[in-house]
Amino acid sequence: MKKFNKIMSAALVASMVMVSMAGCGSSAETATEAPAAGTTAATEAAAETTAADGATIKIGGIGPITGPAADYGIAVQNGSQLAVDEINANGGINGVQIEYNFQDDVHDATTSVNAYNSLKDWGMQMLMGTVTSGPCQAVVEKTQEDNMFQLTPSGSSVECIKYDNAFRVCFSDPNQGIASADYIADNKLAEKVAIIYNSSDVYSSGITEKFTAEAGVKGLEIVSSEAFTADSATDFSVQLQKAQAAGADLVFLPIYYTEASIILTQANTMGYAPAFFGCDGLDGILGVENFDTALAEGVMLLTPFAADAKDDATVAFVTAYEEAYGKTPSQFAADAYDAIYIIKAAAEKAGVTADMSVSDICEAMKPAMLEVSVDGLTGAGMTWSADGEPSKAPKAVKITDGAYAAME
Amino acid sequence: MSFITYLVQGVSLGSVYAIIALGYTMVYGIAKMLNFAHGDVIMVGGFTCFTLSSSMGLPPIVGVLVSIVFCTILGVVIERVAYRPLREAASPLAVLITAIGVSYLLQNVALLIFGSNPKSFTSVVTIPAIKLFEGQVTISGEAIVTLICCVVIMIGLTLFINKTKGGQAMLAVSEDKGAAQLMGINVNGTIALTFAIGSGLAAIAGVLLCSTYPSLTPYTGSMPGIKAFVAAVFGGIGSIPGAMIGGILLGVIEIFGKAYISSQMADAIVFSVLIIVLLVKPTGIFGKKIQEKV
Amino acid sequence: MKAKMKCNKSTLSSMITIGMVVAAYVIIEILMKAGLVSSMLKGLLVPVCVYVLLAVSLNLTVGILGELSLGHAGFMCVGAFTSAFATKCLAEVIPSKGLCFFIAIVIGAAFAALFGFLIGIPVLRLNGDYLAIVTLAFGEIIKNLMNVIYLGKDSTGFHLSFKDSMSLGMGVDGVMLINGPQGISGTPNVSNFTIAFILIVLSLLIILNLIHSRDGRAIMAIRDNRIAAESVGINITKYKLMAFTISAAIAGVAGVLYSHNLAILQAKDFNYNMSILVLVFVVLGGIGNMRGSIVAAVILTLLPELLRGLSSYRMLIYAIVLIVIMLFNWAPKAIEFRKKHSLKNMLPKKASVKEEQ
Repeated sequence: MKKFNKIMSAALVASMVMVSMAGCGSSAETATEAPAAGTTAATEAAAETTAADGATIKIGGIGPITGPAADYGIAVQNGSQLAVDEINANGGINGVQIEYNFQDDVHDATTSVNAYNSLKDWGMQMLMGTVTSGPCQAVVEKTQEDNMFQLTPSGSSVECIKYDNAFRVCFSDPNQGIASADYIADNKLAEKVAIIYNSSDVYSSGITEKFTAEAGVKGLEIVSSEAFTADSATDFSVQLQKAQAAGADLVFLPIYYTEASIILTQANTMGYAPAFFGCDGLDGILGVENFDTALAEGVMLLTPFAADAKDDATVAFVTAYEEAYGKTPSQFAADAYDAIYIIKAAAEKAGVTADMSVSDICEAMKPAMLEVSVDGLTGAGMTWSADGEPSKAPKAVKITDGAYAAME
Repeated sequence: MSFITYLVQGVSLGSVYAIIALGYTMVYGIAKMLNFAHGDVIMVGGFTCFTLSSSMGLPPIVGVLVSIVFCTILGVVIERVAYRPLREAASPLAVLITAIGVSYLLQNVALLIFGSNPKSFTSVVTIPAIKLFEGQVTISGEAIVTLICCVVIMIGLTLFINKTKGGQAMLAVSEDKGAAQLMGINVNGTIALTFAIGSGLAAIAGVLLCSTYPSLTPYTGSMPGIKAFVAAVFGGIGSIPGAMIGGILLGVIEIFGKAYISSQMADAIVFSVLIIVLLVKPTGIFGKKIQEKV
Repeated sequence: MKAKMKCNKSTLSSMITIGMVVAAYVIIEILMKAGLVSSMLKGLLVPVCVYVLLAVSLNLTVGILGELSLGHAGFMCVGAFTSAFATKCLAEVIPSKGLCFFIAIVIGAAFAALFGFLIGIPVLRLNGDYLAIVTLAFGEIIKNLMNVIYLGKDSTGFHLSFKDSMSLGMGVDGVMLINGPQGISGTPNVSNFTIAFILIVLSLLIILNLIHSRDGRAIMAIRDNRIAAESVGINITKYKLMAFTISAAIAGVAGVLYSHNLAILQAKDFNYNMSILVLVFVVLGGIGNMRGSIVAAVILTLLPELLRGLSSYRMLIYAIVLIVIMLFNWAPKAIEFRKKHSLKNMLPKKASVKEEQ
């Protein structure tokens, strides 16, 4: 018994020491561990031989790459990696190479803060993250404490960027809710609207709240507003039944596409065919493997990015992404890709160099973010206000013949 | 009319829970362990069938059969490698924790192989939906098949346990392992057989779950797994008809809770009913009352 | 004679346990002063302490009381939400952050204890797996209810709703305090390692004293043989409730630390996986063995972070390590060793077992 405990306590002390040591001198090894780092590693090596110590700008990324939200995190990881590789191949930021490290947070606030701290040990100078709203709210407290520049690709709740060091690429939740209600009302898509939302999710309930308020202003009648939770996200028949019974001619789905694909299937089984309208969370529904896209026919959604848009930037991005990762990029990947280019634009404007401290970079980036205008995949001429919100117009698309088609 | 619609939906959801609960209750009743990995075996069953029928284009029936075989083997292997060494452990909790480890393992292997992107499962059921009351109530083909499967499996299992040697051995093992061994029953073999049957049922449950709710991710099995576990307890641990009734009741309560009380609090309602039932009847609806010997 | 020896031994054992915690604290403090501690480890200190607290509190229920609880995260949730709510309300009234946090800890512990007591009354009548499933159910109910609470405050007072924030009907100066699934945000980060350390030592003192007291022996007697204990006149309900309530209170304290360590508090984090995770610590460290729980909680909390370099294989390796450790720890030889030590018949033959080793 005692022996066991001695061993265990020795192990405890050893592991603690190990962590502290690991934190001190592991930057060299972690750098190469970033996945899909083939090209990065090569360019990094080249950069390191030519320049002196610390000659790279270290950008960290955080998001869920395991766990139920992994799909979003992986998309962000891939999209941002693609941008980093491109930038490095074209000479980097102000001629300095980017070193990029993406860490997993399993969509959990505590783990996200851990990931942030481990990136700090690695020497991160700017943060591109986090992917999901809840963890982002926890991490933004820490970046504010450290005065580190933070740009979240997809953290959409208001509190994600409540400090002046934080900015975002995507729309905020209230913004989407209001835009959706306005769009439906202005285009007279429906008079009676039903909502099915995920009450255990910040994103979904945040949009629903503003949508309901704005719908009241615009004179839309909300005939049923039914919730589900992450634990009961298998069956939606009741919610659909209520929407049908209430005579809704449009169902608003401020949710992610995983659940939406089940809702569409169940509505089809029930023989209920209202118009469906969603937000950017629905983007990706056509990419669900083996999904019968006929079910999604006529679904409308507000999204800043459509993978089959015909402009050159999108086509180039989608081709490169498909080549590298074997699947079609979602809006998350596009947001992340833009995020890295936004950092590049602002860093060039601010004259960020590799040897600047975290705090100096942040102070330089803050005013620079307000001045830059970026043409990205998720919007042309994006600009930022001091509260960190982007200004860009959402595009409404309608799924026609299994592909997005722009709506007027 | 809406009442009937909700009832139909409740039974449809409940029969999915029931079919998972049947596999759960087998393992739980006989090996006396909470197999937390059961939900993930369901997911594996779903993915196997998906890979064969949707990706490789084989006929659905092949997919179903292969996935049953695959899950049966998987169940036996898991039992042999992870559970059997711990069966005689001082605390029954040891094997429970290992089961959690197995559950994480299966989820993460699936995540690495299939990725996190949800897959849309093509239903293996081709029976058309039935429309009643001039189309006001629709019963889907999946619901009918699931319910029939459920009843068939329940009857089959009951007959198997009561009429065959292997089944009787299972009963004996569940009562008293030591005594069963003394009577010449191969305890290890019997428990392995239990896992084989339980995991085979999990494969069927996985295919039917995904046919009814066609979204497949590495985490698909975990929540239905928990709900089915609750259903198994609800009906009385180890009781085969209990698992089925428990599952269907759970589904009906969930749907009615959503429909008539609050869709946000559906889970709280389900669990409250469970607590009330257990407080009134502490061994579940069909549970046996075991007299304590002093 | 025998009793006396046991008593001395147990005192010694308690002192070792607490000494170990103190030593770990001192070492880390020294390392921190010397600047040898990475920010990752610094950030992990409070979460590790939270899990240590949870592990010892659950061990009281599982190891000492002998009842399997699968809803421990629920009590943590209660402690976290009530204390964060209290902090937000008191922040304007009480200027001292320290005093405010102290009150929050007391409130968190008190509410968790109250829930433990109320839930304990019906639940502890059940046995074994049925009790486990009911605690699981309560944990889920607490989580679900916290998810639908909308509570705001404006000049006219508090507003409460179980539907959504719009139905609160607040004035323009209204502030959301608990916002349904979005939970409580902006709780000041006042938890620190020293406070966490003090709370761990206090909890350990309470638990170890309880175990070695008359009440503790009564509780363990119930665990070992309920009928025998009842027949010698031990009030089963009273002692079960006592252990369960104390356990819930400590889990509540863990929740307080948790909620004051992050700026965001959401009910979804207190799911059934959290309860299971804590149970893993308890079983891995040895059921009824407080020291083991502490060590297991520390190692298993650090493990996924140490595996960060493995990227997407991280959780896979974690799962494999968990299975292997379990098999290794509970393998037949170890079982032999542990059987004699586990609380089921811990009392006799400590010396002889050592010889066997």
